[in-house]
Amino acid sequence: MNKKIAYSILLVALLVAPFGMYPVLLMKLLCFALFACAFNLLLGFTGLLSFGHAAFFGGAGYVAGYAIQTLGLSFEVSIVLGVVAAALIGLLMGLLAVRRQGIYFTMITLALAQMFYFVCLQAPITGGEDGLQGLPRGKLFGLLDLSNDLSMYYVVLALAVAGFALIVRTVHSPFGQVLKAIKENEPRAISLGYDVDKYKLLAFVLSAALAGLAGAVKTTALGLASLTDVEWTMSGLVILMTLVGGLGTISGPIVGAVLVIGLENRLGDIGEWLANTTSVEWFRTLGDSVSIVIGFIFVICVLLFRRGIVGEAVAWLAKKPIRKPS
Amino acid sequence: MEIFGIPLQALLSQLLLGLVNGSFYAMLSLGLAVIFGLLNVINFAHGALYMMGAFFAWMGLTYFGLGYWEMLLLGPLVVGLFGIIIERTMLRWLYKLDHLYGLLLTFGITLIVEGVFRSIYGVSGQPYSVPDALAGATDLGFMILPNYRAWVVFASLAVCLATWFVIEKTKLGAYLRAGTENPKLVEAFGINVPLMVTLTYGFGVALAGFAGVLAAPVIQVSPLMGSNLIIVVFAVVVIGGMGSIMGSIVTASVGDRGVHRNGNRVVDTPGRLVRQGKMMKRSVA
Repeated sequence: MNKKIAYSILLVALLVAPFGMYPVLLMKLLCFALFACAFNLLLGFTGLLSFGHAAFFGGAGYVAGYAIQTLGLSFEVSIVLGVVAAALIGLLMGLLAVRRQGIYFTMITLALAQMFYFVCLQAPITGGEDGLQGLPRGKLFGLLDLSNDLSMYYVVLALAVAGFALIVRTVHSPFGQVLKAIKENEPRAISLGYDVDKYKLLAFVLSAALAGLAGAVKTTALGLASLTDVEWTMSGLVILMTLVGGLGTISGPIVGAVLVIGLENRLGDIGEWLANTTSVEWFRTLGDSVSIVIGFIFVICVLLFRRGIVGEAVAWLAKKPIRKPS
Repeated sequence: MEIFGIPLQALLSQLLLGLVNGSFYAMLSLGLAVIFGLLNVINFAHGALYMMGAFFAWMGLTYFGLGYWEMLLLGPLVVGLFGIIIERTMLRWLYKLDHLYGLLLTFGITLIVEGVFRSIYGVSGQPYSVPDALAGATDLGFMILPNYRAWVVFASLAVCLATWFVIEKTKLGAYLRAGTENPKLVEAFGINVPLMVTLTYGFGVALAGFAGVLAAPVIQVSPLMGSNLIIVVFAVVVIGGMGSIMGSIVTASVGDRGVHRNGNRVVDTPGRLVRQGKMMKRSVA
């Protein structure tokens, strides 16, 4: 019950947010939140660590960008094409990767994603180091002009909420229960007669498709598809978001994504503020050293807060004795 | 004379270049394989520590006036010490958990190390000149081989063979191999396994540092040189068999002809890395 109220408040806040904040940053936040949630479906609920999710995110971005710019297709068709492309890459990668476990799974996804990165670097249609720039947003169903940031924001919000709802539904479905069983005890799940590889593959493709949705939407919203989105550091970043927020929690990745992206965008300001308050001049350079700060968060999370922010909060609430208000 | 449409001369020089690059891969993947064998940790920070080694060589010369040969000894020691600190203070706490946390931790360390060097030195490369004793080149008839590159091949072979000898033929190596098989049992026999683990990590990392110092005159010393290399090295380790030491050396020397991105190559195919990915996949599946 409390959860429903919390989500309703969040939704209302998101609906009014563009009037107080820069819509483009909000769209970016939403896309990364969806990306992290899609990733969490795989790592948090199925127990598979993929180091190749950037391929789906960036790949879908390239496909959507190419469709909307060069082929001149409409917004919705481009997004759908991006998602389908991500799902196909996910299917190919998944077919090979799910046959292995643990670290080997991770290494295979990393290798295949890296392969995809070099394809993107060299293929004639991706623009190499420049990427695809100045992409038009087009019109939704030929009616709604999306070049307006505000209308684009609501479309992005609708898509992100739909993606998020699909993830929540999946987690709570019988299929999601099987995934959890595989995560907790794979041999047992096999002995119960589940075709574990098939379930894993399905989860992998679903996660890839949703990551693709996030990537395609991000590309059209920001009007840019670049190599950063397919590089392995992007795969690392999404792991960090999920880890910071809380593995295997529904809302954790959202918190993590907001925190990490917010930090990336605001680190310069934070550094300025720290420099002014503590008069340590070094803090002024903080804006240029995002990766150091992100690395520190990574290390601290792995060493101390493996449950992530939301996970720790849930554990803390569960430990607290329930008291009746007197 | 031509083979596969490539002039023999070009092919031979290409092979030799591959051998030079393979030497770096061999040392890096050897370290990775030793670490993975005993610690079950995929050391993502390996590339960053390799970069650190190269930077130490450059810093030693620039700030302290220490030459190449001094740094060839000091660089790996400092990097190894750094590795020991990492192992003692951070990595140690993760052994009981899922192996993935080790990977994630070292990934974080990579970001920090690279970030620190990048914020100080920027992304452009720092030049480091070849030591006087190895300057110049030798004409082999089919190509002109810079002496320094020959030295790289020799040094890396020597280090790899020495490592192989220690691991396979000495008592210390026997402990190490036993520890890889079953750490609990080895500890029961009164061998200090945690210390061995620490030293192994330090040694594996020192190898990366050594490779870094060796690479400094060949490749421009830049904060990104590690991440450019690490993925290839992962591929090498997986093809050679994780935890298998000889496998790593052989694969690195044989399998990586012309893969290196900075090498001036005759055969330039976009499929190079595609092939690599496939090889990696096949050997695992």
